[in-house]
Amino acid sequence: MNDTTLVAGLRAGDTAAFEDLLRQYGARLLRLARRILMSDEDANDALQDAMVAVFKSVGKFESNSSLLTWLHRIVVNASLMKLRSKKRHEEIDIEDYLPRFQEDGHQVEPSRPWTESAESMLERDELRAQVRAAIDRLPETHRVVLQLRDIEEMSTEETADILGISANAVKIRLHRARQALRALLDEHMRPAT
Amino acid sequence: MIVCREVIAFLDDYVAGELAIERRAIFDRHLSLCDSCVAYLATYRETIRLARAASPAIEDLPPDLITAIVATITRNSPGA
Repeated sequence: MNDTTLVAGLRAGDTAAFEDLLRQYGARLLRLARRILMSDEDANDALQDAMVAVFKSVGKFESNSSLLTWLHRIVVNASLMKLRSKKRHEEIDIEDYLPRFQEDGHQVEPSRPWTESAESMLERDELRAQVRAAIDRLPETHRVVLQLRDIEEMSTEETADILGISANAVKIRLHRARQALRALLDEHMRPAT
Repeated sequence: MIVCREVIAFLDDYVAGELAIERRAIFDRHLSLCDSCVAYLATYRETIRLARAASPAIEDLPPDLITAIVATITRNSPGA
């Protein structure tokens, strides 16, 4: 079913259209909610809240917009609302994980290559878990941008639209999130001295 | 000649292929001389790949979740 037909069905209150919407986009939206909330149960609740919001506000959806971007915005908002209502988990101070430079502009601590490629690392369950745990330690404002840009593969402009921030803010947060994540992974991946 | 600080500050644009040709050539010149920045660039790229690959897709929404969501929506519909 294409998006135009789906939206028409949603506006008519057709529950079959909702089931189609969930089959078409639900898995992708649930993964996004899981990554923000780090809990399958909370993600299910957030998706449910988001779908109620979709149902109530589909009349305001502008047909020339992207349905997927609009759905992402509602799921991100529902997930962040749920996250903020819960006890906060430990997040790093991102400044502590950015590269440091000497006065002459060279890195204080020279970078070294990792011993394994991403492909061989990902064959190991515990390393996949370490990567996910490292992502979860990023501050929420940066983690959500990394999730939308690098994992959901949305554009800078789509991400800015979803989060209600400027494209430049998306670029800055993404670069800092990647740098901090790189530093967190570096602790596991760099060769032993 | 640029230094590591400038290369790393704009590494996202370099990786995305968004630097102007002349600026990219300046970056490439620095990278041809700086092992540390070459390592930083390689691990920055690996980080992006790892983040993507460590978050597996969910193939299908669980059927009981679809049922629960549709039931909630039905309860919230004006005619309910």
